[in-house]
Amino acid sequence: MKYIDEFQDPALARRLLDDIHATVTRPWALMEVCGGQTHTIIRHGIDQLLPEQVELIHGPGCPVCVTPLEVIDKALEIASRPDVIFCSFGDMLRVPGTGRDLFQVRSEGGDVRVVYSPLDALRVAQDNPQRQVVFFGIGFETTAPPNAMTVHQAKKLGIRNFSLLVSHVRVPPAIEAIMKSPSCRVQGFLAAGHVCSVMGVGEYPELAERHRVPVVVTGFEPLDILEGVRRAVRQLERGEHTVENAYARAVRPEGNPAALAMLEDVFEVTDRAWRGIGVIPDSGWRLSARYRDFDAEHRFSVSGIDTREPAECRSGEVLQGLLKPHECEAFGTLCTPRSPLGATMVSSEGACAAYYLYRRLELGTAPAAATTPLEASPVV
Amino acid sequence: MCLAVPGRVLDIGEKDGTRMATVDFGGVQKEVCLEYLPDLRVGEYAIVHVGFALQRLDEESARQTLALFEELGMLQEEFGDPWEQAAAQAGADSTWPFADGPFADGPLAGEATAPQHAQEEGRP
Ligand code: SF4
Repeated sequence: MKYIDEFQDPALARRLLDDIHATVTRPWALMEVCGGQTHTIIRHGIDQLLPEQVELIHGPGCPVCVTPLEVIDKALEIASRPDVIFCSFGDMLRVPGTGRDLFQVRSEGGDVRVVYSPLDALRVAQDNPQRQVVFFGIGFETTAPPNAMTVHQAKKLGIRNFSLLVSHVRVPPAIEAIMKSPSCRVQGFLAAGHVCSVMGVGEYPELAERHRVPVVVTGFEPLDILEGVRRAVRQLERGEHTVENAYARAVRPEGNPAALAMLEDVFEVTDRAWRGIGVIPDSGWRLSARYRDFDAEHRFSVSGIDTREPAECRSGEVLQGLLKPHECEAFGTLCTPRSPLGATMVSSEGACAAYYLYRRLELGTAPAAATTPLEASPVV
Repeated sequence: MCLAVPGRVLDIGEKDGTRMATVDFGGVQKEVCLEYLPDLRVGEYAIVHVGFALQRLDEESARQTLALFEELGMLQEEFGDPWEQAAAQAGADSTWPFADGPFADGPLAGEATAPQHAQEEGRP
């Protein structure tokens, strides 16, 4: 319990932990879907405070990590064009494409700009009517409504030099795919709180019922995670499988109706490839026919790019919870945040980055010990 | 990018026919679109993601979350200079993100934000 004093309210953390310890009688494997939750867990050593029987498996919930290499390469291609201003969120800058990243594109003269909001990108388009402005529209259900509103605004204001390179993904089909996989060990889910702030909880009861798996909507703070684990374990021990909302302060059951209506108007559901995982049916959004004019892939010809994934990178297995980051042979040696092989090593929500940031010394993969084989190191 | 941050509405106006607000996030102020929470009022709190208010939050939980995010360096991650952060990542691996090891005094001893003193040589 060496980390307990680090919690905001150690007394409450202790109570939750005691309750989990008292409830558990058998081994259980829970998946935290969201990468933000993964970082909280690793940063605070929550996995080490839990009873040995409770295993936390990291899920695919990092939008930066799951954006397919092909889309990154398209982004790099478009961003390199002299007539284009390419706008992106900051955490896409160092995501490796085939051989380079957006950071390098800018150093080679590309006009790459970082925006805080997609509406900022629209403003860049208004201010530069003679240039094409492309916004990199990635993200889960939390990011899709802002991007949808921005395209809607562009259409409403008649802004012709703005387009979206879209790679939006949806969480429930990914959960479905994980449950259907023959190697699946997951017995309960901590669902991503902010996704549910938008979507509500309506997509989950059917999923929970069909796969007989508890789903607990969970926030991002250490106490949120502990409460999510506590509720999931309690359900599992009782043989229940319902949907619970442990993040009621930010999640209403119906989600955000205005955002849902805009999503419905601007996007349509489509199959989408997830980096390292492959195509998951119905797991993404693309612009609906009424907004096709604003699709950067239609506006620019970016086909025929030769994409090459580094053979060493096992981020697909990491994202499906089949492998812990430090079990990848390249972890901390060939692959570091400075020269990442996979997006999971650079994203602020990536699982490999979490282990590199918080567990590196413990795992014996700090630079001084970079050649120490992992097997010989104390493993968590 | 995916984490939403709680903020407090300072004032509300309109831009291009869209309801917009100035929102304070523990000292940093940003322009935020209110189209998805049209009845949010001045003084209220909401969780905000990439410049859009997505859900109301009560003051107490907003304050707690903000304090925690601040302590963990997540506000710097969200609102700091992304080019500096990327440069630090690209060029300063030996010191990034910790100067002297994250476990020197427990896991929270070193903060995981990109260092403020982002190494210059890594920048384009
Ligand atoms: S450590 Fe690097 S190479 Fe290994 S799975 Fe993670 S990102 Fe890929």
